[in-house]
Amino acid sequence: MKAQHTIDYALHLADDALVLGHRNSEWTGHGPILEQDIALSNIALDLIGQARYLYQYAARLMNATAASGKPEVTEDILAYLRDSWDFRNCLLVEQTNGDWGRTVLRQFFFSAYQYYFYRELQQSRDTELAAIAEKSLKEVTYHLRWSSEWVIRLGDGTEESHTRMVAALDGLWMYTGELFLPADYERSLSPGGIAVDLAVIQPFWEERVREVLQEATLALPSAVAQKGGKQGRHTEQLGFLLAEMQFLQRAYPGCEW
Amino acid sequence: MTSASEMIFQDKVDQDIRIEPKDWMPEAYRKTLIRQISQHAHSEIVGMLPEANWITRAPSLRRKATLIAKVQDEAGHGLYLYSAAETLGVSREEMIGQLHSGKAKYSSIFNYPTITWADMGAIGWLVDGAAIMNQVPLCRASYGPYARAMVRVCKEESFHQRQGFEILLVLSKGSDAQQRMCQDAIDRWWWPSVMMFGPNDDSSPNTAQSMQWKIKRFTNDELRQKFIDVCAEQVKLLGMTLPDPQLRWNEERQHYDFGPIDWEEFWNVVNGNGPCNRQRLAARVEAHEEGVWVREAAMAHAEKKIQYGKTA
Amino acid sequence: MEKQHNWPLWEIFIRSKQGLDHKHVGSLHAADAAMAIANARDVYTRRMEGISIWVVESKYVHASNPDEAESFYDPASDKVYRHPTFYDLPDELKHM
Repeated sequence: MKAQHTIDYALHLADDALVLGHRNSEWTGHGPILEQDIALSNIALDLIGQARYLYQYAARLMNATAASGKPEVTEDILAYLRDSWDFRNCLLVEQTNGDWGRTVLRQFFFSAYQYYFYRELQQSRDTELAAIAEKSLKEVTYHLRWSSEWVIRLGDGTEESHTRMVAALDGLWMYTGELFLPADYERSLSPGGIAVDLAVIQPFWEERVREVLQEATLALPSAVAQKGGKQGRHTEQLGFLLAEMQFLQRAYPGCEW
Repeated sequence: MTSASEMIFQDKVDQDIRIEPKDWMPEAYRKTLIRQISQHAHSEIVGMLPEANWITRAPSLRRKATLIAKVQDEAGHGLYLYSAAETLGVSREEMIGQLHSGKAKYSSIFNYPTITWADMGAIGWLVDGAAIMNQVPLCRASYGPYARAMVRVCKEESFHQRQGFEILLVLSKGSDAQQRMCQDAIDRWWWPSVMMFGPNDDSSPNTAQSMQWKIKRFTNDELRQKFIDVCAEQVKLLGMTLPDPQLRWNEERQHYDFGPIDWEEFWNVVNGNGPCNRQRLAARVEAHEEGVWVREAAMAHAEKKIQYGKTA
Repeated sequence: MEKQHNWPLWEIFIRSKQGLDHKHVGSLHAADAAMAIANARDVYTRRMEGISIWVVESKYVHASNPDEAESFYDPASDKVYRHPTFYDLPDELKHM
C-alpha cells in the first residue's frame, strides 16, 4: 500500500511540474520582451527537469513492484500514455496562460506553494524525494522571487495592468485551495514522514501571498475551492493539453524518438 | 583622397586589430554593420518561431527539454546581437520597428513551415549547420562587440547541430513512417538551406567591400560549396539522400558538383512571398503589441518605486 | 501623453566563480535593477552558481579611450558608446 501511495505521490508531483512546465513553454517565442521570453523558458525547463526526476523515480518504483514479464515503465510512458483521468496534477497548473498577468500570477501561487513544500520535503523519510526536493529548492527560490516581482510590478503598475491582475485573480484564486487539500495518498504518507503535511505549510503560503498581493495593491479574493485534480478529475483544459502533447506517441505507438 | 582617419581605420582592420565602439569608423562601415548585425539578430528571433511550433508536441521529455533549451538559446543569441548593434548607435526599439515594418530583413529560411517532427532534425542539421559555416569565420570579424557575440553564439551552436542530426539519426533507424518523415524533411529543407548562403558571388556587389572591412571573411559561393561538401558526406550516415540528382563528387575539383539553384524561389521568398513570411512577421508584431501594457506597467512601477523611496 | 514603454539599456559585468574581476559581457533591456540582474543571470550566466553580477544603466557608464591619438578623442563625448542614439534626448531633439 505504501509503495502504491508513494508512486501516486511522485506522479502527482511530477504531473504538477510537467503540466506547468508545458504551459510556460507555450510562451516561447511570444513573450512581451526577449529577456522575459528567456526567463520564462528557463522556468519551464526547470519544471520539466523536476518532472523528469519524479517520473523516473515513479517508474523505478513501479518496475520494482511489478510482476515479472511486464514491460518496463519509463518516464515517457508515464508522461505520454496516460489519459487525463490518471493525471494527478492540481487544477491550477492546467489553466490556460491567458495574458502575461495571468501567467505570472499562476506561477506565483504555485512557486510559493512549491517553495514551502520542497523546504518540508527535504526532510522526507523517502531519501529520493528528499534529494529531489533539495535540488529543486534552489530553482524554486528563484521562481518565487521572479514571479513575486512581476505580480507586484503589474498589480502596482498602470491602471490597465492593475485591471488585468484583478481579472487574473478572479480567474485563478478558486484553484489555489486545492493546493492544501491532501489527497488520500498524501494523508496516508504524511504521518510516516514521507509526504509533506500540507496543514503545516499552508499558513506560510497564505502569509506570503498576503504580503505580495498587498504590495501589489491587490485585494485578497475569496472563492469556493475547485478540486479534483489530485484525484484525476480535471477541468476541460487538460484534455486539450494532453491531446497536443501526446499526439506523436499516440499516432506512432511504440517508436523511439 | 582617403583621410588620415580612414587610413588608420583600414590599417587596424588589415592588422586584425579590433575596432571598438569608441573608435572612429567610416559611416558606411557603421551603417553596413548595423544592417548586418541587426538582420542577424532578427533572424535568431524569427528563427525561434518555426521550432517553437513543435515544443508542445515534442515526442519525449528529453526532446521537449532540449528543444526548449535550443529555442531559448536562439533568443539569447538575438539578444547578444541586438546588444552588439546597439553599441553602434541604433536602439533596440528602432531595430524592432524596422523588422516589423518590413524594412529590415531576416534570413529567408525561416519563412518555410515546420510540418513534421522531422523538421526539427532537418533544421538542426542543415539550417544550423549552414549558420555555423557563416558564423565561425565571423568570430574574427573586425568589429569587437560583433566578434565577441559570435564567439558566444558559436559555443552554443554546435550543440544545436548535433542535436538535429541525432533526431534524424533516430528517425532513420525507426519505423517506416519515421524513415519516410526523415527523408521528407530533408527533401523540403535542403534547397532552402543551400540558398541561405545568398546569391552567387557575381550577383553580390557588396561582398568585396565587406571582405575588405573584414565583416565578411569568405564569399557566398565558398561557404556554400563547403556546406554542400560536408552534408553530402553526412547524409550517407543517415542512409538518406539529398534531393539533387546532379550531386556528384568531382575528383578534379575535389568538391561536390551540384544542381542549379532556383533563384526565382529565392527572390520570391526574400521579397515576402514565401510560405510563411506573413505569419512570421504577424507573430512577432503580435507578441510585441500584446507586450505593450506589460512593458508600460514595468516602467510605471519602476518610477513608483523611486518615488516610494526604495532603491530599484 | 505617450507612456514610456521602452526599457532602458543596462551594461552587464560578470565575475565567474574562479574569476578575480568583473568582465563586461554585453547589455540588455530591463525596467529596473532587480530585473536587470535577474535577466543577466538568465542570459549571460545560464544560471550558474557562485557568479557575481553587476548591472549599470548604460547612461551612467562613462568611458575614455586612452590609446586614441588626441585628435580623435573628443573629451566632450565621454559616453560608453560613440554614437548618441541611446541617450535620453528631449522630445524636441528626438529626430536629431
